[in-house]
Amino acid sequence: MTLAAIDWGFILTQSVTQAFDFNAVVYALAAIGLNVHFGYAGLLNFGQVGFVAMGAYGMGLSITLWQLNPFLAVVVGMIFAAIFALILGLPTLRLRSDYLAIVTIAAAEIVRLIARSTVMRPITRGAEGLNEFIGPFRDLSPFSASEIYGLGPIEWRGSQFFAVVVGWILVGLSLLLVAQLMRSPWGRVVKAIREDEDAARALGKNAYWYKLQALILGGVIGGLGGMVQALGNATVQPDFFVAPLTFFFWLVLILGGVGKVWAPVFGAVVYWFMITFIQNTGRQLVDEGLIPTSIMDTSQIDQIRFWIVGAALALLMVFRPQGFFGSREEMALDAR
Amino acid sequence: MTAILATLRTEIEHRRRLLGVLLLISSIFLIWGPGLASAQEGESVATRLRFENVDGDRIPIEGGRVTVETPDGEVIGEGFSDAEGNLEIPVPGPGNYVLTLDVETLPEGVVLRDPERVSTETQVLEGQVGRTIFPLIAGDVTIDTDDGVSLRQVLQLSVEGLKLGLFLGMGAIGLSLIFGTTGLVNFSHSEMIVWGMLVAYFFNFYGFAGFLGFMAGWPAPFGAGINLAFAALFAIAGGAGMGYAMDKWIFLPLRERGVSLISQMVVTIGLSLILRYVFLFIFGGSPRFFADYTAQSAITIGIVDITPKDLITAGLSVLILVGVGVLLLRTKLGKAMRAVADNRDLAESSGIDVQRVIRSVWVLGGSLAGLGGVFIGLSEQVSWNIGFRMLLLIFAAVVLGGLGTAFGALVGALVVGVGIQVSTLFIPTELKNVGALALLILVLVFRPQGILGRAERIG
Repeated sequence: MTLAAIDWGFILTQSVTQAFDFNAVVYALAAIGLNVHFGYAGLLNFGQVGFVAMGAYGMGLSITLWQLNPFLAVVVGMIFAAIFALILGLPTLRLRSDYLAIVTIAAAEIVRLIARSTVMRPITRGAEGLNEFIGPFRDLSPFSASEIYGLGPIEWRGSQFFAVVVGWILVGLSLLLVAQLMRSPWGRVVKAIREDEDAARALGKNAYWYKLQALILGGVIGGLGGMVQALGNATVQPDFFVAPLTFFFWLVLILGGVGKVWAPVFGAVVYWFMITFIQNTGRQLVDEGLIPTSIMDTSQIDQIRFWIVGAALALLMVFRPQGFFGSREEMALDAR
Repeated sequence: MTAILATLRTEIEHRRRLLGVLLLISSIFLIWGPGLASAQEGESVATRLRFENVDGDRIPIEGGRVTVETPDGEVIGEGFSDAEGNLEIPVPGPGNYVLTLDVETLPEGVVLRDPERVSTETQVLEGQVGRTIFPLIAGDVTIDTDDGVSLRQVLQLSVEGLKLGLFLGMGAIGLSLIFGTTGLVNFSHSEMIVWGMLVAYFFNFYGFAGFLGFMAGWPAPFGAGINLAFAALFAIAGGAGMGYAMDKWIFLPLRERGVSLISQMVVTIGLSLILRYVFLFIFGGSPRFFADYTAQSAITIGIVDITPKDLITAGLSVLILVGVGVLLLRTKLGKAMRAVADNRDLAESSGIDVQRVIRSVWVLGGSLAGLGGVFIGLSEQVSWNIGFRMLLLIFAAVVLGGLGTAFGALVGALVVGVGIQVSTLFIPTELKNVGALALLILVLVFRPQGILGRAERIG
């Protein structure tokens, strides 16, 4: 029953590994998408997990259902996310922003419920989810599935290392794309709409159309996150895409700084480092008896992350809405 | 090191002392509370296996096998249902037990309404029988629509839908009024519903002392329960208290700081995440039933079956909602609420104390949500995560009725409730909530201001 028994080396290794693992990539991509939505276009998307799910299912179904080649499957996943954006955006982008918030949170849940329903079982495999899609991707992987890759104590199995490498390449490409777009005339119009939609419209810009484009762009980037998730976990299960996940993405975005291109990546890495560190420490404290199981057991330690995310989200939003690197002037807090 | 241990030890000591105080209070309530009668010798778990056929008749199943285990997976025993479908299995003592239905032993074509719930957990109190039910249906009841949408079915489902709609309405009115007066979409509103449900649960089982224990992080069964009707009063008070606290300590300071509505909305989301997982921490993951009025047989009114508890809770909801309507239309406070919702600046310049009105709206919304939670828990189950589903249905109701209007929210809730239940005639039951949410999106396409809303609110 001593603090000395806690294996800090293990905890640190775990935390650093998780900070750069494919999960962090998934969060980073989803948050980059949210950044396009909220940070640049001022859209309140509370259903980003729906886009992530559409990307993952689009890619998975292309292979299990239509036997497409892996590169086409990625394109289909992006198309799925884009269609989802159209379905959500067409009715709601003319309305005030809280309507979009309500519709997106509901739509993301619709995606999950339909994917796990018994009616869709022949297509989506219900609650079990898809997993046969992974073969063609494994064939593409230059890494041997059983070998260990990594840097020093930070290690991945080959099967997951592929997802990690592909994931970080996708993050880099997405950042380049977003940075270029936001410097272009298109980006300036989108930001102008965020600042003052009426003024942008008075200058002849079709605000509705630009907002829809931003919703599609952010959604497709989120969809890429879903594909990285599918590659890393080698499965697409509906119950991965639960509603709270969206708010984890929000925390990652706000932590880094809304409206800064690369800030979501920083947010994702910090988030995964912190959460893994806290949970592993908590688990060891329970194992060592320093936290009596009458107060908290190991499974309850895992629930702490929701308390932390909830509290961090609320406190950041009140006391430092611009996060680490954002600027307050750039935030669309008064968006309609 | 030793310092840490010492702090820990004092912490434990402190908790022990608190427990002593709680036990003392609980003994006071033992005298007052009606207590739980111990009629039977020994404890057991029981269930009744019956399925509902296409006509809605309940037919008992003979020879259905049910096994009993402790939550840790230790097998206690098994039993087979008799000709009436009844089945009782003795258990070694009070506690929680998991009943698992062997679906292989069911007659051809009979399935669980929710195929994944082959196991249910039930709580057995000292000297009592822990009852649980397995909702069973003939497999084609929900899917078979070509030859069997009878008037009776439609009526039955409409009645159930009205009931659900009334319960949803209790939450929807509060959400809509808060939005109307402050412009805030409260994503944590449904946690007030769950809060009311849990307050009632703990009062119902453990009385006042047990409730305090629950607050201190001890869901251990001590103290005497009070009747659910009284527990519901505490649930109302609990809901009102939470509404008051949220406004006083969270949202009033935020308004005074000039925090934008979007930031406040994200704060409500953070709050709902924290609350939901605090509920999981203190209540545990498995859904449970209230101690009173859980297993009731339905009475037939005309051609519609309804359990007395549903009849009473639905009746009470109507009375309360009418009362809220009278409050809004006739009283000074109600008029002030509607005035603030209508035009805040105009109301303020007419001498209405806007902050006080907002506080009242939060308290009213909280108490309605708390009571709604009790009703929902009674008609379904008490569970920590029912809030999110309810929130989405309330959103559907509120958007359908027109965001910001109290009566619109009620109308929307009734339409959503009936819609959900009646839609099960045409779509699989598991997708009934999807229908309601799809309706939400369709409403925004064709009539974004909702049924009773005005177009100016939306843009």
